[in-house]
Amino acid sequence: MHNPQLTKDGKLKHLLTTEGLPRAILNQILDTAESFVGVAEREVKKVPLLRGKTVCNIFFENSTRTRTTFEIAAKRLSADVITLNVGTSSQSKGETILDTVDNLTAMHADMFVVRHAESGAAHFIAQHVAPHIHVINAGDGRHAHPTQGLLDVFTIRRYKPEMHNLRVALVGDVLHSRVARSEIHALTTLGIPEVRVIAPKTLLPQHVEKLGVQVYHDMNEGLKDVDVIMMLRLQNERMNGALLPSAQEYFKCYGLTQEKLALAKPDAIVMHPGPMNRGVEIDSAVADGKQSVILPQVTYGIAVRMAVMSILAGNSE
Amino acid sequence: MNIVEIKQGRLIDPKHNIDAIQDIYISNGRIAGIGNAPDGFAADQVIDATGLVVCPGLVDVSARLREPGNEYKATLKSELHAAVAGGITSLACPPDTDPVLDESGLVEMLKHRAEQLHLSNVYPLGALTRQLAGKQLTEMNELTDAGCVGFTQADQAIVDTQVLWRAMQYAATFGFTVWLRPQEPYLSQSGVAHDGEVAARLGLKTIPVAAETLALATIIHIARETGARVHLCRLSSAEGVTMVREAKQKGLKISCDVSANHLHLTEHDIGFFDTNCHLRPPLRSQRDRDALRQGLADGTIDLVCSDHAPVDEDAKLMPFAEAEAGATGLELLLPLTLKWAEEQKVPLAEALTRITSVPAASLGISQGHLGLDAQADVCIFDPQQYWKVKAANLLSQGKNTPFNGLELAGKVRYTLVNGQIAYSG
Repeated sequence: MHNPQLTKDGKLKHLLTTEGLPRAILNQILDTAESFVGVAEREVKKVPLLRGKTVCNIFFENSTRTRTTFEIAAKRLSADVITLNVGTSSQSKGETILDTVDNLTAMHADMFVVRHAESGAAHFIAQHVAPHIHVINAGDGRHAHPTQGLLDVFTIRRYKPEMHNLRVALVGDVLHSRVARSEIHALTTLGIPEVRVIAPKTLLPQHVEKLGVQVYHDMNEGLKDVDVIMMLRLQNERMNGALLPSAQEYFKCYGLTQEKLALAKPDAIVMHPGPMNRGVEIDSAVADGKQSVILPQVTYGIAVRMAVMSILAGNSE
Repeated sequence: MNIVEIKQGRLIDPKHNIDAIQDIYISNGRIAGIGNAPDGFAADQVIDATGLVVCPGLVDVSARLREPGNEYKATLKSELHAAVAGGITSLACPPDTDPVLDESGLVEMLKHRAEQLHLSNVYPLGALTRQLAGKQLTEMNELTDAGCVGFTQADQAIVDTQVLWRAMQYAATFGFTVWLRPQEPYLSQSGVAHDGEVAARLGLKTIPVAAETLALATIIHIARETGARVHLCRLSSAEGVTMVREAKQKGLKISCDVSANHLHLTEHDIGFFDTNCHLRPPLRSQRDRDALRQGLADGTIDLVCSDHAPVDEDAKLMPFAEAEAGATGLELLLPLTLKWAEEQKVPLAEALTRITSVPAASLGISQGHLGLDAQADVCIFDPQQYWKVKAANLLSQGKNTPFNGLELAGKVRYTLVNGQIAYSG
């Protein structure tokens, strides 16, 4: 099957998911991001790589953090940026996704950054945009959030450069998490030898092991000797109901505390894609502790998004 | 009236155990003779069927024609033209139209409009409950008099098992067949894909196999208690096939079907969110598909249907979960059944029972065979001719097919309904 995010000669055309991306492209993104980390520390925080290009953030689903970091990334590349919070409003007026996309194409946008509540929305848009437009998936339903997955991998690589020798544990709501899926594919493609998921059965997809991960339900067991702990966000609406009895019980079983952290390797790092629920999935002492790299993740997120945008722009015919 | 002679074809009439090169003679819309011309027979039309198979017109137990109410998706005219192009001369349509087929006036109107087209015979399945809402029974005797051949909830499960029980009891009182698709409503809520590897990968909401097996258990139990005649629609799982096999072995009088799509496709065909593979029930694993193919071969599953569901283009141009479910199928039922038979090593005559005599018996209609004096509904096809499925060339208004681009053997050359040539190609 042809990978819809690659050009015929194997270059990155869209970034829709980390699944099926060749290792070489993943490394290209990470290496390019490395070169952008320094830009933010300069007096003039801009490079001219996207000058004259128009990046359009189309958010069919609300977001603050992702939208903002994409905006900053595009602006640091000197692009013109417009952001549309389509929300559900224009959809409820009857406008289809394609109408929205066609309108923006008519305004001569060059790159779309899209977020949508349905899995597959970014693939769908990529299949139907004009051929010169690049699409970056900024989160589609439960499916993928590739730039988040990549920035997490980038963060790991910065702190743990010997990636062929790592144990990584993802803790929490894998079932509903596009971040988890994107992380898992990126990690397994880059050859991380052991990726674990730790969660109650209600928060794991059936057959999650087919994604190439080892499944743990007991956090104490799952955290043993890991190098990286990635906590996943638990949505408020999922805390009290048929998936989980309460936030308190969740914290008791799957919240990351100092005691549980002590089971991992002494130099293990703690990550979280944000926004955090302190006291639900993570204890404040851990979130703000010396093993936490949660804020560097945000910083690197901009560099990774700059890398993706510049590579895509460079692959235009 | 046309007087037609079909010469030199391989006549396959499974119901009468005929599989031989024989001529067939038609007059006044009826089969007037087989092998030997009746006295004084003078054909005004001769069809040379050398090298072709001549069989009873196909019978499809589930084809959505979208009328009344959804003419932007398809019309009676467009879909009945597609039906005859697919060799289908009788079809049953489910009641999930707008308005729902829950009143005799609507059924009479539909029958009347279909009859005026002189294409396939249309047999409506009436709604089992009003508005398909699962609360109040429909007037099943009135609806039967208007032309309904059975009662169904289409894709709307009855949530209240008390109502389901009563509906089956009531239908059993009068010997009406109840057509039910086994799907437990809570477990399938907002799901769009099999609870397997692909959904885990793509992040799609799921419909587990248990949604089918729990509903099957409920229906089988109630069927046993009430004595209702039940036809189970669109099995999708290996476990489902096993349950039906066991129920039949214990003597329960049930029949069941599978859609032609599910004989050939699996969850993996969804690929990168191909909305043409958004079907109800969902496509499941290869193991499930293999069990369905085997179940159809050994008779656990009685018949194949097209489960024809034409969808307008815009309704498929959406993210997977938002796209409307269904695939167009009338023109693919024959070749997909032949493909199954070829791959499963089922003899042609045996395979044809699954789309002729058996579905006719399930619907309780007189067609599906070519006995003397039977209604002359005939399908003549070339079993060797390969053709490439091109969505744009399908006659159905719905171009939504997961088989676009596939080469299939089995091309319909003539379709006769009531002794008249309704299609030639």
